Amino acid sequence: MRRLSLTRYHRAAPLVLLFVLLAGITTAASFVQAQPANAEAAATVTDISEGSKLFAANCATCHGLSAQGQDGVAPSLVGVGAAAVDFQVGTGRMPMQASGPQAPSKPVQFNDEQTQQLAAYVASLGAGPSVPDAAAVDPAKGDASHGMELFRTNCAMCHGSVGGGGALSQGKYAPSLMETTPTHIYEAMLVGPQSMPVFNNANITPEDKRDIISFLDEQRNGAAGGLSLGTIGPVAEGLWAWLLGMGLIVGFTVWIGVRSS
Amino acid sequence: MTTPPTGTVSASPSTSRLNRAAGGTANYLDERTSIGAFTKFMARKIFPDHWSFMLGEIALYSFVVLLLSGVILTAFFVPSMDIVHYEGGLEQLKGQEMSKAFESTVHMSFEVPGGLLMRQIHHWAALIFTASIVTHMARIFFTGAFRKPRELNWLVGFTLMIMSLAAGFTGYSLPDDVLSGNGLRIIDGVIKSIPLIGEYISYGLFGGEFPGEVLIPRMFTAHILLIPGIILALVALHLFLVFLHKHTQYPGPGRTDKNVVGLPLFPVYTAKAGGFFFVVFGVIALLGAVFQINPVWNYGPYDPSPVSAGTQPDWYMLFIDGGLRIMPGLFEVVIGGYTLSLNVLIPAVVLPGLFFGFLALYPWIEAWATGDRGEKHVLDRPRNAPVRTGLGVALITFYVVLVLEGSNDIVANLFRLSINDLTIMFRFAVFLLPIAAFWITKRIAMGLQRKDHELVLHGAETGRIVRFESGEYIEVHEPLTDEERWVLVSYENLKPHEFGVETNDFGVRRKGARWRRFKTAWSRFYFEDRVEPVTPAELAEAHEHHAAEVEAKKNAEPRDHGASHA
Amino acid sequence: MSTDNGSIASETHGSGVADGEFVDPGVPAAHRPRRADVDPKAARKAEVQVAAMFGVSILGTVLAIYGYVTSDASGDDLAAVQRTTMLMGIGICLAMLGVGVGAIHWAKTLMRDHDMVEERHALRSSDEARAGAIEKLKDGATDSGVGVGRRGLLKGSVLAALLIAPLSVLVPAVGNLGGDWNVSNFKHTMWRKGTRLTKDPDGTPIKASDVTIGSVFHVIPEGLNELEHGKIEEKAKAVVLLVRLDPRDLNIQPGREDWSFDGIIAYSKICTHVGCPVALYEQQTHHLLCPCHQSTFDVANGAKVIFGPAKRPLPQLPIMVDDEGYIVAKDDFNEPIGPSFWERLK
Repeated sequence: MRRLSLTRYHRAAPLVLLFVLLAGITTAASFVQAQPANAEAAATVTDISEGSKLFAANCATCHGLSAQGQDGVAPSLVGVGAAAVDFQVGTGRMPMQASGPQAPSKPVQFNDEQTQQLAAYVASLGAGPSVPDAAAVDPAKGDASHGMELFRTNCAMCHGSVGGGGALSQGKYAPSLMETTPTHIYEAMLVGPQSMPVFNNANITPEDKRDIISFLDEQRNGAAGGLSLGTIGPVAEGLWAWLLGMGLIVGFTVWIGVRSS
Repeated sequence: MTTPPTGTVSASPSTSRLNRAAGGTANYLDERTSIGAFTKFMARKIFPDHWSFMLGEIALYSFVVLLLSGVILTAFFVPSMDIVHYEGGLEQLKGQEMSKAFESTVHMSFEVPGGLLMRQIHHWAALIFTASIVTHMARIFFTGAFRKPRELNWLVGFTLMIMSLAAGFTGYSLPDDVLSGNGLRIIDGVIKSIPLIGEYISYGLFGGEFPGEVLIPRMFTAHILLIPGIILALVALHLFLVFLHKHTQYPGPGRTDKNVVGLPLFPVYTAKAGGFFFVVFGVIALLGAVFQINPVWNYGPYDPSPVSAGTQPDWYMLFIDGGLRIMPGLFEVVIGGYTLSLNVLIPAVVLPGLFFGFLALYPWIEAWATGDRGEKHVLDRPRNAPVRTGLGVALITFYVVLVLEGSNDIVANLFRLSINDLTIMFRFAVFLLPIAAFWITKRIAMGLQRKDHELVLHGAETGRIVRFESGEYIEVHEPLTDEERWVLVSYENLKPHEFGVETNDFGVRRKGARWRRFKTAWSRFYFEDRVEPVTPAELAEAHEHHAAEVEAKKNAEPRDHGASHA
Repeated sequence: MSTDNGSIASETHGSGVADGEFVDPGVPAAHRPRRADVDPKAARKAEVQVAAMFGVSILGTVLAIYGYVTSDASGDDLAAVQRTTMLMGIGICLAMLGVGVGAIHWAKTLMRDHDMVEERHALRSSDEARAGAIEKLKDGATDSGVGVGRRGLLKGSVLAALLIAPLSVLVPAVGNLGGDWNVSNFKHTMWRKGTRLTKDPDGTPIKASDVTIGSVFHVIPEGLNELEHGKIEEKAKAVVLLVRLDPRDLNIQPGREDWSFDGIIAYSKICTHVGCPVALYEQQTHHLLCPCHQSTFDVANGAKVIFGPAKRPLPQLPIMVDDEGYIVAKDDFNEPIGPSFWERLK
């Protein structure tokens, strides 16, 4: 009781209140902008320095100490932006364990804080796309129908009609999107990792990107017709028709032909 | 003559009333249709009992399911390419432009209770229909059921197989979605590649440029009227011929080319075959209930711009798609300003033509090797026709390689392989594997024939070991019963046939000598390598040999350790 | 119904021989009875099993109708559609399987199961029948006023008329299938000099500055969405892919120096194999992969074919930037797009 009454009317209270008010107005103003804000995650100096340490220990071997890249080994990261790092590190693709046609997603090696630090460091090397905020990737705010139109024109040829994944040439592949987070989907479109083209905000606007996320989110509600057989299409259907359908039916014919006891 | 026959007098009056009603009906019909004579002929007709004889029925019954479910679908499907905007409940399609065909398909899937089930039953039934036709055709092939007098029925069945492909293709293209629409685009590209007339065939079929506005209505008419009509007529002919020829039977005791051994149509096959219809229907319904198929609302309405990974036709068209993928692009030539696209024509037109042509003509192709023979009603065990069996397996291998190539991006994605490496590998495999398959299968068949030979001569191994006083062990062999042995020795042992002398008595070469020479060589190809069936003389000799050996062992002195074995 | 097929029925082994050949031992006389044949309790049990199967069928029908009656037809709930499909489908499955399995079980356990024999008759008609047929045909030929080998004019003309008459219907019927039969339409698209490149499917114009290195735009010509007739047909020829490469990576084809600029280059999206959209752009290798039959085109080298069944490179759309910074076409393609056809080069 005494502590509460002691802190209630602190001398610095008016100053703190003023500061809070100013901070609130600034933040609100940044949301009022025409584009949904790709809010800059407040990158502190500590983040950048911690990030540079992590980078030197885990990434510099391939990407170079100042992320300038090495020909034939790893690209330069100057200008790729925080979004690229958040995607690659956040899906476990980086650090890449072994060379191959492409970097597969695998168990994530860094926690969220470390990922943010790495992102802050790389972003500090050169201006690039930043990590989208929650509103930008909220499926509830998107138009799934418009998203489907965009998806089938720009994405389905690699990722499949509902994002189940597909093959590219020479052993590369476009991965399944069924488990990918909305943030990572947004970032991948913006950054164009590996074989994926870059879908900048002039091509697919931030609202368009959110619409696509909304469409993909709809696909996670299950298949209306029953089990989806992997969304692979007629090949899976034909395989099951032979194995299960003909298997069961021919099994019945054998039963019919066998003498009863 | 006019009084209906009375039923038997029994204790319960209702039975005799039933009998009188039945008798009255039968009399009424018989006086107008001679149904009595037909019933006498048909009711107790004998059909042999083997499960492999039911494969054709799977096709028949799944066709009935297709007809029933198809009629229900026609109540809701609108075969029109007029553009509408979607106003139904599905979120992901709201407001989109689509044809009435697509819209009615989505509407019946989501707003008609059981509509999606009917669509899925119909599509699964189509897959089972085509799969069972291929399985049935394989059974006919491998058992030689296409031989005289059934060559014509083989042609009827072959035509039915082609019709089933047409039915399936026109059917899955009706919803006008991106997946089947791209399939139609591919077919248009194939048609355009036909020399001289290809552009005109394309323009005529689509009523203008692709995709046009008349394609869906035209395919609808083909799919629900023309093709089912032809199929029904051919099925009637097919079944009529089966009844006329009577069914074939597997070799066995008492089964000859002059009889049929089995069970009567009424009541046994009425119950078994009739019940089987319900079984086929039930399994198809299970598939339609549990497994999603052809979710067109995910593919989207057809537009020439989008395409999705995993663009394949239904399984029965995959071998053509595989042919299109496997072909290297080099083979397009320009002759005098005219473009000849062999890279498309060869896999999509020439190859199926040769493959299907060979299949269609096979009864005659094999008859060239056997010469004129009588009616065949006892089937071959596949091992007793090694070259035919080998050819069949080679054809299947060829087909399967193409089907796998048609699925190459699915295979590549599933197993993390390179589609380029897969395609290059299949380019070699499509030639080498069928040849290897033929040779291996032929040798396996002959090996099985030799095993049968051994069985007859020495009997079946029982696993019982007997030890003689002399210390010798033998395994007891059970001689075959007469019935078992008959199956193994009664096969037709065809020898290479000489088709006549080349010159007549005056030394002049007879007409058609080259053709007869070919047939002789062809006959050698078929029948040169063969395993002769056991003769009674050989069997007797084997028995004597055995008896002597066993006697010798029985009477032998106990052996010392280290003594050499005689 | 048994027939004597001349075999020596044998009771002992080894006696099935005559004239140095094995003989057919005949249809086995012995018949192994089933449980239901000898044991009335087993027969009763089988009867109950069959009836139970039919009972399952009735339950299945009830389930199917229940699923129908309790379905939700608003169409926006995927789970509800799945539920209806499953309930009705399993209901129909049980209804059918119940009848089928019941009938078959009845046949297997209770109906006759030992073989009967029926004779075959040769299919060839008897010689008398054949002779009779020939006689009647000869009589008919005589009655026809033609006879055999006479009146060639009559026979020839009826054949000619019969063969040609169907043409009176076929020619108009087939002729009407093709509308205006203007196959030269295949050779042109709606791209003209000055047509702006716009985004597919919305139709918003594209500025050169929007196209950054590594991006791909799916393009339709301006005005396509406003077409009243033939929109899809024109789209099927006019769709284009717009990409930007680093200019150092781009090998500009001779004669096409001004068809692209600063690494921005446009190609037809319709595959030259059999017409699918070639849409898979692999950014790092600059390869365009067609998903239908895996034809692969190298964008950096004139979209030449580097793998797969296509033969010809993708046609290139010549483009330039107008004064407002938008990308426009300079002309239509210089060759027909899409798959080859006989008169493609004429």
